[in-house]
Amino acid sequence: MKQEKNSVNLLHKNYLHSLTIQKRWVRFYQIVIFLLFFSSWEISSQQRWIDPLLFSSPSKIWKLFLEKIQDGSLMSNLGVTLTETIFGFLLGTLLGTILAAVLWWSPLLSKIVDPYLVILNAMPKVALGPILIVSLGPGYPSIIAMGAIISVIITTIVVYTSFKEVDPNYLKVLQTFGATRLQCFKEAILPASFPTIISTLKVNVGLSWVGVIVGEFLVSSRGLGYFIIYGFQVFNFTLVFLSLLVIAVVATIMYQLVELLEKKLIKE
Amino acid sequence: MSFLAIKDIHHTYFTKASATTALSEISLQIEEGEFVSFLGPSGCGKTTLLSIIAGLIKPTQGTILLEKKPITGLKNQIGYMLQQDYLFPWKTIEENILLGLKLSKQLNEKTKNAALDLLNQMGLSGIETQLPKQLSGGMRQRAALVRTLATEPKLLMLDEPFSALDYQTKLKLEDLVSNTLDSFGKTAILVTHDIGEAIAMSDRVVLFSPSPGRIHRIFDMPDELRSLTPFHARNHEAFSGIFQTIWKELDSLETGKK
Repeated sequence: MKQEKNSVNLLHKNYLHSLTIQKRWVRFYQIVIFLLFFSSWEISSQQRWIDPLLFSSPSKIWKLFLEKIQDGSLMSNLGVTLTETIFGFLLGTLLGTILAAVLWWSPLLSKIVDPYLVILNAMPKVALGPILIVSLGPGYPSIIAMGAIISVIITTIVVYTSFKEVDPNYLKVLQTFGATRLQCFKEAILPASFPTIISTLKVNVGLSWVGVIVGEFLVSSRGLGYFIIYGFQVFNFTLVFLSLLVIAVVATIMYQLVELLEKKLIKE
Repeated sequence: MSFLAIKDIHHTYFTKASATTALSEISLQIEEGEFVSFLGPSGCGKTTLLSIIAGLIKPTQGTILLEKKPITGLKNQIGYMLQQDYLFPWKTIEENILLGLKLSKQLNEKTKNAALDLLNQMGLSGIETQLPKQLSGGMRQRAALVRTLATEPKLLMLDEPFSALDYQTKLKLEDLVSNTLDSFGKTAILVTHDIGEAIAMSDRVVLFSPSPGRIHRIFDMPDELRSLTPFHARNHEAFSGIFQTIWKELDSLETGKK
């Protein structure tokens, strides 16, 4: 009996050990890819296999990174872009959810506007950029609007669908208690759709980066989008790559934060 | 004048393809404190009738009077229990059972304590802060019963509330519901397709025939069964006789259809 238990323990230990080993290998290859990518980039740039003027090199980017940190311009521009993105995706998600609530409230309205939603969803929203800048002025408001507008319609469609899919029996329970439509929304529809709203938040983080960067291309006065367009115009591609890498890192962190928020809010 | 009067109800469902008459010429009187079961093959409009009595669906024709007043506009006079508990998964048990009181703005210290007392009586003490998913199916259905009773409805509708439970839990819950309703003197209507359950729990069994749903026959349960709890009623010698009678009627309805 005791021996049997020991052998089970041993098997379990072996199993855990194999899991750890696999995890280590995965991590190892991830690091290898990372190092291989940057070192081959560095070497091929130094050996002039690729044009260093166009493709820069990791060492140059690192040097520029330290320089831009020291003169404070990287942080201030990153701050601008980050603020715009956060406001953009929060605003987009909020407006989309409110629109979805309006559509849920009035089934007739939702039938009427259905084709318009399809058109708006199919339209490339960044094409609205010039009009936004003309109407809201070349500054924060129009760039935040870009960040929001890009995600608002798809949020509306996704959240509205989830509102409609809430089990009608929950509404039946509420109706037998004489609940009004507002009470039904507050007690059943909205909380039941909470997981969907959080997951659109995750998608919208990515979308808002697109909107904000394009907005900064167009306005061209501040932010990482401005860095990219400026670097392009003066042929300083080190600056372009630096901005790209910073965006990649920050966008990933933001995505992870929203994922963390999701785990905290939905305790399942 | 009886407690609940169902007067000449007709109901037709309209879809693009067809108009289906679900109920036709339904008239029934139910007295206060009575327990009535609606029994019938599927598609005979039992649940539709229950929804109409609860005021959730407006019938194409006919009226429902509860204590001589039309049912529309009466709030919280009627409690409704569904096949599954439909406790809100994101609310704690306490929030769930106080939901009806909260929605009808009757929530105060007194009604809250009454609801929590009821929870204790159902053998569900100490779970107020738990979420529904932490409870077993039987416990959840008991919590749903507390939620329904918390607003003190005059009439209770039970729409196959035991059908999703295992047999043992179902028998226990039948006794619990029956005793609780007796002690509060509540009037109740049970929709079921289980003949035994209908006989064991009710004072009267209303048998429906399908397409369109009509009242086929009404069986009065003998006094010796009425006075027993459902579990003991199932073991009484009169039980199987009534079971056979209703079984034959139900069978004839189904073969008659073919």
